[in-house]
Amino acid sequence: MPSHTPTEHEAGPGPLRRRPSPRSVVVWTLVALAGATCWTVLALARGEEVSALWILFAALASYAIAYRFYARFITYRVLRADDSRATPAERLHNGVDYEVTDRRVLFGHHFAAIAGAGPLVGPVLAAQMGYLPGTIWIVVGVIFAGAVQDLTVLFFSMRRDGKSLGQMVREEIGPVGGAAALVAVFAIMIIILAVLALIVVNALAESPWGVFSIALTIPIALFMGVYLRFLRPGKVLEATGIGVVLLLAAIVGGGYVEQLGLAESLTLSKETLVLALVAYGFVASVLPVWLLLTPRDYLSTFMKIGVIVLLAASLLIARPVLANDAVSSFAREGNGPVFAGSLFPFVFITIACGALSGFHALIASGTTPKMVAKERQVRLIGYGGMLMESFVAISALIAASVIDQGVYFAMNSPAGATGGTPESAAQFLAGIGISTPPEVLTATALAVEEEVISRTGGAPTLALGISQIFESAFGGGLQAFWYHFAIMFEALFILTAVDAGTRVGRFMLQDTVGNVWKRFGDLSWRPGNLVASAVVVAAWGYFLYAGVTDPLGGINQLFPLFGIANQLLAAIALTLATTLLVKHGRARYAWVTGVPLAWDLVVTMTASWQKVFSDNPAIGYFAQADLYREARDAGRVLGAAQDAGQMQQVITNSTVNGVLQSVFALLVVVVAVNAAVVVVRALRAGSLPTTEVPAVPSRLREPAGLLATAEEKRELAAGAREEAVR
Amino acid sequence: MRALLRELRWYLHQVSGEARWEAYLAGCAEHGHRPLSRREFERRRADARAGAAGARCC
Repeated sequence: MPSHTPTEHEAGPGPLRRRPSPRSVVVWTLVALAGATCWTVLALARGEEVSALWILFAALASYAIAYRFYARFITYRVLRADDSRATPAERLHNGVDYEVTDRRVLFGHHFAAIAGAGPLVGPVLAAQMGYLPGTIWIVVGVIFAGAVQDLTVLFFSMRRDGKSLGQMVREEIGPVGGAAALVAVFAIMIIILAVLALIVVNALAESPWGVFSIALTIPIALFMGVYLRFLRPGKVLEATGIGVVLLLAAIVGGGYVEQLGLAESLTLSKETLVLALVAYGFVASVLPVWLLLTPRDYLSTFMKIGVIVLLAASLLIARPVLANDAVSSFAREGNGPVFAGSLFPFVFITIACGALSGFHALIASGTTPKMVAKERQVRLIGYGGMLMESFVAISALIAASVIDQGVYFAMNSPAGATGGTPESAAQFLAGIGISTPPEVLTATALAVEEEVISRTGGAPTLALGISQIFESAFGGGLQAFWYHFAIMFEALFILTAVDAGTRVGRFMLQDTVGNVWKRFGDLSWRPGNLVASAVVVAAWGYFLYAGVTDPLGGINQLFPLFGIANQLLAAIALTLATTLLVKHGRARYAWVTGVPLAWDLVVTMTASWQKVFSDNPAIGYFAQADLYREARDAGRVLGAAQDAGQMQQVITNSTVNGVLQSVFALLVVVVAVNAAVVVVRALRAGSLPTTEVPAVPSRLREPAGLLATAEEKRELAAGAREEAVR
Repeated sequence: MRALLRELRWYLHQVSGEARWEAYLAGCAEHGHRPLSRREFERRRADARAGAAGARCC
């Protein structure tokens, strides 16, 4: 909470400060006390049974306080959002992208766009360090960094008619920083797509039930597309309702693949799935959006909201107990099998989405700012939307923390370590100090009707956790159904992200090349579309294939790269926000984005440094490449590698990852240095001109928050009367 | 309970974009335009999306 007490003269356009009502003082004191109690229990409980609800309520109380006080402070005092100014949606209204949208509806759209598989997977992997580090980072990170980034970027983009992050960096910081940001955004997008696709591949490999259900989502979406285009145009809810019913039927039907005689032909290897995904991604990105992308987006959005609500409700009913330690030994020693590296910086890298996700800056600048009705609503949409995503991350962390620790580590350690059978996995577990008999692993596999050993990637673990929570909340012996339901829900929106991401990557590529070769930039030029799509798909396909065939396990190699990349993007966004605060002459408040920026830079640069220069081969990419190169030259095979070919593979992958890691970090340094120059100039001058659009008076009346205050209701009613008189 | 269900229906109607059609009709009536058919309107709205594929985050 801000310790700064604003004085009258700097009140800006905000309402004059009034004394809070006694009721509000009582309510907020109670919320604060409840939150403090939950945090105390979490911090002090050791070696006893800790209910997962303590985490849930600690998070909720913290979010409420942050939203009420800190978000309000940022919106009103730091940014000086001003409801007497017309937003771009009001000024430029065109019914296509600029459209005044109800704040609650826009909140839904924005949340659907920012929340995907990221907040579900990161916390699951980070659970190897215990529940406490992840919980603290998710809650503190979102309040002081993630939600602040989303809010400020949304606001600054809104004041610039919805300019993109790249455009704003170029115009407000400079062409060098702008170019670096553009390359960084594109490269980061490719890595993100590859990692997301890798999660799906790992979840579907050797799983005929999963493949059956997911494959059916394609014809279901196509049907919806045709329905909405030709049969009953515009009836979105109707089409989505039919789609959801078909989807549930597809999950149930998957349980009968054996009886249908499809089990064998649907048991696909990871390599086959990679080819299928790459082909799918290419086709999907050149098909018209109405046919596949839009209808599948409807499906995945409704599934997403449904599962989140269901999960929150079932947590309250089932009240599960946490199965892992508050802080595990892997957090201290950095030798965990799920991903290598110690608590600092790697917990902060592994959990990006849900705490601080740079990718959101791309959504907060672009679509959403063009639809905001009133300036102050950015608090609800930007800050509130991110709090909601953080809540999803907390739920995922709980789901991963309630399953048996032996099962957790057997699922998330690479096949080279577990050996792939219950017996060898139990042996491996004993080696890391967990005594879980092989029978437990076999029983878990039976319950969900899937192999569970070395199902890395996070999605299967989350699905197992969700299925256990649902089963204990609702009963009925449906665990296998719930498991595949959860897998389906994750795969569905990962595939939507892959579609949409490939398309966005294609637009970026066409736009950039279009600067030199005009024809290529024309989005309706077919050959250009095909070539650009092929390049984007090939780029993420390469990393996907390398990840899938990596003898060391792709997720633990690629996930850190993904997390660091995402947070480097956040560094670019926070750099922009800090620069703009200074340029607007608000340097005294620059700490609001400057402190999270400094923290983010320390974390990502430390992590990048370790991934590039560490001489521990488990952490440093180049150290790993050297180790394997020496062994190969000596004619030996190492670790999980079986032959010279796999040795070579490890060397190549590690080198490529190391080079990429260095490039990402360098690009961010370029942006930061360029921004520092601008900041110094602005500080010397007091402020600098920006590309902010001049104020135009607004004629709209709308409440600022989720619910209209009594005063706003009076104003709205008065406005309606005036309107009637005219 | 009734009111809650009505709110939910309103919300789904809005969030799914179905309400855009009514807003369009109202806009046409206000400015005296002759509205397009529903089919044509939805088609144009869908095609306008192709140029700005909604980014979906991780």
